[in-house]
Amino acid sequence: MNETPAIEIHHLVKAFGTFKANDDISITFRNGEVHALLGENGAGKSTLMNMLSGILRPTSGQILVKGKEVDLHSAKDASELGIGMVHQHFMLVGAFTVLENIILGSEPTNAGRLNFKTARKRVEDILSRYDLDVDLDARVDDISVGMQQRVEIVKVLFRNADVLIFDEPTAVLTPQEIDDLLAIMRQLAEEGKAVILITHKLEEIRAVADITTIIRRGRVIDTVKTAEKTAEELATLMVGRPVDFDLPKSDLAEGAPILTVEHLDVTDKNKVKRVADLNLTVHAGEIVGLAGIDGNGQSELVKALTGLLPVHAGTITIAGKNTTHATPRQIVRDGVGHIPEDRQKFGLVMPMTVIENMGLMTYTEEPLSKHGILNEGAAVKMTEELTKKFDVRTSSIHNTAGSLSGGNQQKLIIAREMSRDPQLMIAMNPTRGLDVGAIEFIHQQILNAREAGHAVLLISYELDEIKQLADTIAVIHAGHLVATREAGDLTTSQIGLLMAGEQLNEEAAVDAD
Amino acid sequence: MNIETLLLTVVSTSLVYSAPLIFTSIGGVFSEHSGIVNVGLEGMMVMGAFASVVFNLAFGDAFGAATPWLGLLVGGLVGMVFSLIHAVATINLRTDHIISGTVLNLMAPALAVYLTRLLFQGRGQTDILQHPLSTVTIPVLSKIPVIGPIFFTKTSAAAYLGIIVSIVAWWVLAKTRFGLRLRSVGEHPEAADSVGISVYAYRYAGVLISGFLGGIGGAVMAQSITLNFSVTTIVGQGFMSLAAMIFGKWHPVGAMGAAVFFGFAQSLAIVGKYIPVIENMPDVIFTIAPYLITIIVLVAFIGNARMPAADGSTFIKAK
Repeated sequence: MNETPAIEIHHLVKAFGTFKANDDISITFRNGEVHALLGENGAGKSTLMNMLSGILRPTSGQILVKGKEVDLHSAKDASELGIGMVHQHFMLVGAFTVLENIILGSEPTNAGRLNFKTARKRVEDILSRYDLDVDLDARVDDISVGMQQRVEIVKVLFRNADVLIFDEPTAVLTPQEIDDLLAIMRQLAEEGKAVILITHKLEEIRAVADITTIIRRGRVIDTVKTAEKTAEELATLMVGRPVDFDLPKSDLAEGAPILTVEHLDVTDKNKVKRVADLNLTVHAGEIVGLAGIDGNGQSELVKALTGLLPVHAGTITIAGKNTTHATPRQIVRDGVGHIPEDRQKFGLVMPMTVIENMGLMTYTEEPLSKHGILNEGAAVKMTEELTKKFDVRTSSIHNTAGSLSGGNQQKLIIAREMSRDPQLMIAMNPTRGLDVGAIEFIHQQILNAREAGHAVLLISYELDEIKQLADTIAVIHAGHLVATREAGDLTTSQIGLLMAGEQLNEEAAVDAD
Repeated sequence: MNIETLLLTVVSTSLVYSAPLIFTSIGGVFSEHSGIVNVGLEGMMVMGAFASVVFNLAFGDAFGAATPWLGLLVGGLVGMVFSLIHAVATINLRTDHIISGTVLNLMAPALAVYLTRLLFQGRGQTDILQHPLSTVTIPVLSKIPVIGPIFFTKTSAAAYLGIIVSIVAWWVLAKTRFGLRLRSVGEHPEAADSVGISVYAYRYAGVLISGFLGGIGGAVMAQSITLNFSVTTIVGQGFMSLAAMIFGKWHPVGAMGAAVFFGFAQSLAIVGKYIPVIENMPDVIFTIAPYLITIIVLVAFIGNARMPAADGSTFIKAK
C-alpha cells in the first residue's frame, strides 16, 4: 500500500446553487483494483465522475492524480492525464470502421495523412494484450452491442489510459456479454489499471469489485471491502433502509386467456419485418415476461398491441374482442393499461401538469368531462387521491410532468394506468433508469395487478426483473418467439443463449407455443 | 457534321456546362459531411459570379490572360466570405439549415444586382468580359489518336481542374486526419466532441470550403458561359449542384460524375439539333431537359442514398 494511488480526491464539493450534489467526498482509487461506486440515481455518482473526467469543475476540494494536484478543464485534459471514460451511451460513429473510431481524435499521421498501418499495429497490440475480440475492419453499425462496448474500451486504452471509468456498462448487454465484460475488468485491474465501476447492480459489484464505496445524497456513506458484505447489506447501505428483494408472490390458479396473439406480423415504416409469425397468450392472473435484447421486435410488438403500429398479418384478441385493427383509444377503453418504453415521448406530455397527465386516458368520460367540457374539480380530486395512493412526489400537482424526477414520472404513469383497473397491463421496461426504492414500488404494483386477477405482459431488457416477476418467460429474438416456458424451467444462462439467437442443447424440443 | 466533330462538340459543350456544377457540388459535399445542409449554394454561386465579373472587368488589362483564373480565386474568396453568414446562423445561432440557406439564396441576387447598379451606372447587368475563360487545346494529350481530338481539343480547362479537385477532395476526406474529423462531426458530433475534436471548428471549415468552391463554381459560370453578370447568370445551377451531390451519394468523385451528366443535359439545348434520332424534337424539350432530369434523378435517388447521419443537426456543447 506504499505506492501512490492512481487518484485521490479530498473533500470534494460540487454545488449547484444551494444544492450540494457532492458534499465533502473523499475517496482513493488504486491501481490494480476494481473500485465500485454504488448509489441510487441522483446520489451524485455521475457528478463525481464528470468532475474526474473534466466535464464539471469542483466547487472546492482537491483531485490528485498520481500524487499531483490537478485542475481539469476538459475531457481532453483528463484523457492526457490517463483518465478514460467508457460511456454508457456509446460514443461511436456508426458509419466508420472500428479502427477509424478507435483512432479518431488521436490519429497517428504522416504529414496530415492518416497512418493506418501504425494505428493498426498499436491497436492489435492492445487487443492481444487484453485478449479482446474486436473486428477492426467492420463498420460499427454492423457489430454487436457487446463488441461496440469493447471498442469503447480499446478507444480508452489506445489513449494510454491508466484509470478506466465504466458508467453503468451492463445496461444493454446479454448475460454472457456481462460475464465477458466483468472478466475484461478483472484483466484490466490485473494489468495494473485502476478500474472504477459505477452501477446500482449488486451482483456485478459482488462479482468483480474489490472495494465498494457507497454514496447517498452526495455523501460517502462507507467504503468497504466487497467480499465482507452481503448483497443485502450493500443494498441497505445504498438506500438507507432495508430493501425487500423477494417480494412475496402467491400461487394463483391460471385464469382465462386475456391476450391472445396469433401469427402476428408487424413491419416497420421501412417495410422491414420486425415481428414474424408470433404467437403469445397471457392469462388472467399471469405475468408473462418477454425477454430479449433491445431491438429484436419488442417495441414493434408493443406498438402493434396498443394500436400505435398497423398489424401486417395475424390477429390480436384482448378479452375476447378482436382488436387487431382497433385504434389506440378503443384499445384503452377495452381495458388495456400501457406503461410505454419511452415515458417522456409516449407516456406523458411533459409540458402539461400532473393533473392533465393523470386524466389523459379518461378525460373524455365522466367525471372528468361532460358534453366536452372539462371538470377541473373532479380532475384535481382524482389526482390528489392517486398521487397519494401511488406515492407520486411533487411539491404541487399543478407542476408540469417534466419537473418530476424519472421515478415519479413513472409512478404517475403507473397511477394513471392502474387506476383504470385494466384487464391487461402491458409494461415495457417499467423500471429502466430508476433507483432501487422506486423499482421495489413498481414491482409491487405489477404484482398487485396480477393479484387482482389481471393479465400482465412485462417486456424488459433486464433479465433479473423478468426472473423475479414472471410466471411464464417468453424469449424473443429477431422478431421470432424462440421459447415460451414456465419461469422455473430456464436458467439465466439458457435465457441468455436464447436471447442471442442460439439453440439450447437439450433433449426436450423448445416449445414455441 | 461528321461523327468525330459531333462527339467533340458534345464532349466539349458538356464539359463547359458541367464545370460550374463540379466545383459547387464538391463544395456541397464538404459542407454536408460536416453536418451542415447547404441549400445556399445557389446564393454562393451568385456572389462568386458577381465578384469574378467585377474583378475581370476591373483588372483585365492589368493581368491579361491570367485574369479569368484570378477571377476564380476572387469569386471563391467572396463566396467563402458570404458563406460565413450561413456558418454563423447554423452553427452558432442554431437556425434551421434550410431556412438559413434559403435566406442566402434570396439575399445574394438582390445584393449582387444592387451592387451592379451602383457600379455600372444604374444598369442591371455588367459589360461583356474581354478576358473570358476560353476553351483550350491541351498539348501532348490532344495528339493521342481518336481520344485526343474528342476529349482534349478545344475543351474546358476549368472542367479538368474540377475533375482533379474532385479526386483531391476524395483523398482529403478519406485519407487525411482533417477528412476523418470533418466526417466525424457530420456523423456523430457528440462522439467527436468526447474525443476532444472541436465540432464548431470543423463545421466552420466544411461551410467555408463549400462557400469557396461554390464561389468558384459561380465564377466559372459567369466567365465561361454567360460572359457578364446579371440576375439571370445563375438560374438553378446551385440547386443542380445540390442534386448532383445527392446523385453522387455525397462522394466527391460521384458528385463530379453526376455534375458531368447534368452538364451533358444542359449541353443538349445547344447540340441537340445536331444529334441524329433526337434532332427533330422541339427545342423546348432540350431547354427544360436539365431541370426535368434533375427532378427525376432526385426523386429516383434521394430515397436510396445515405446522407451523413447528423446532417442538418445542431450541436450544443455541454458546459
